[in-house]
Amino acid sequence: MNWTHKDLLGIRELSREEILFLLDTADSFRDISRRAIKKVPTLRGKTVVTLFYEPSTRTRVSFEIAAKRLSADTINMSASSSSTVKGETLMDTARNLEAMRPDVIIMRHSMPGAPLMLSRILDSSVINAGDGSHEHPTQALLDLFTMKERKETLDGLRVAIVGDIVHSRVARSNIFALRKFDTEVTCCAPPTMLPPGLEALGVKVTHNLEEAVANKDVIMMLRIQKERGGASAIPSIREYSSFYCLREAHLRRAKRDVIVMHPGPMNRGVEISDQVADGPCSVILNQVENGVAVRMAVLYLLSGGGA
Amino acid sequence: MERVLLDEKAVERSINRITHEILEKNQGATHLCLIGIRTGGVFLAKRIRDKIKEIENRELPLGVLDITMYRDDIAKLKAPREVKKTDIPFNVNGMTIVLIDDVLYTGRTTRAAIDAIMDLGRPNKIQLAVLVDRGSRELPIQPDYTGVFYTAATEEEVSVRLREMDGKDEVLLSKLP
Repeated sequence: MNWTHKDLLGIRELSREEILFLLDTADSFRDISRRAIKKVPTLRGKTVVTLFYEPSTRTRVSFEIAAKRLSADTINMSASSSSTVKGETLMDTARNLEAMRPDVIIMRHSMPGAPLMLSRILDSSVINAGDGSHEHPTQALLDLFTMKERKETLDGLRVAIVGDIVHSRVARSNIFALRKFDTEVTCCAPPTMLPPGLEALGVKVTHNLEEAVANKDVIMMLRIQKERGGASAIPSIREYSSFYCLREAHLRRAKRDVIVMHPGPMNRGVEISDQVADGPCSVILNQVENGVAVRMAVLYLLSGGGA
Repeated sequence: MERVLLDEKAVERSINRITHEILEKNQGATHLCLIGIRTGGVFLAKRIRDKIKEIENRELPLGVLDITMYRDDIAKLKAPREVKKTDIPFNVNGMTIVLIDDVLYTGRTTRAAIDAIMDLGRPNKIQLAVLVDRGSRELPIQPDYTGVFYTAATEEEVSVRLREMDGKDEVLLSKLP
């Protein structure tokens, strides 16, 4: 299969075949991180810039490690240390960066569509590392990779996504991704945390956690997006956790080989209990490991080739 | 216009001879590992492993190598090449590795393969076995074991067909249009 995308802005514009191709490529890159010499020369001479306007540890470090293991040079910029604080616009920052000829710009921004805007004016490849509550494509890809690793195939999976769905780009990207396969997706949250018209994406909706997790292969827990106003959607954190915190008792209602996922950062005791987060069903750290492989594959497919 | 460089029998005889040469040169099969370069080299490596098992009653470790990540022309390619899995399930340190490929041409694939193996450790020796050496090297690389040597012109194409993927063993020579 021929990869033709210059940018990775969202899952929505990828086909099922492209997703599977990307996951297969990630599988080939994963072994590199398990070797004594964790580096291949594949992207030697390429420059990768991470441009983060929102806080991140996992995603930024994961991208940086992925780029370094492919021998690309990486430069990290965050809003607090950039000229944004001096009043420079996003477009000007981007044009100035482009003048230094990076090959890939990885961007996180609180405004949905910011990476799309950038991709239209830049020759460099743009990777969306999260834009507001819109999409976070590499997170969904690493989630799918983890599901496929554990369950062999994505088709036939029953998945529950629980938490602050309305503010979650992770939920959105995962719904777009999972619905390209023959999966059943159930979203669960209090009514104030569910966007209207969710059913139009082909997902089921419930407000009851016991019901949501019943007979599921995968349970994906999300944190409350306080920075996007998630906390104002509920009366109190305590009340929320009494209804929506995933506990061991819930897992008994799911399939015996259920896996529990969380994109991080976790708020222990709020959406997930310690026993579940650290228990045998948890694949949360596998997700982090797989994130590096998936991001290596994305970097390779966007900048490997195409002189 | 196609010409048969090696027919079914000749391919078989070449692999037999290479197998015996490997065993002769290394005085048996101890500390020996085989690594086939995807795709053709892997089938040849498996056949050599099976023949060594018949002769020495010893099954050699076999690895599969995809050199895509080590190509020197990645920046020149129009679209990224598919990266397939490398699977080398043994420790290369201190081993004698026989690298196996179907066709040796510029030597760039071999260079990439050597670099890939070196990233996994420090083998004692790396040797190279190829079914066809078509000449026109661009790097100082020579095979240790050769099925057939034929100096092909640039406009000629040497294609190796193996029964595992093409249903038939033969080496064909054709003119590129």
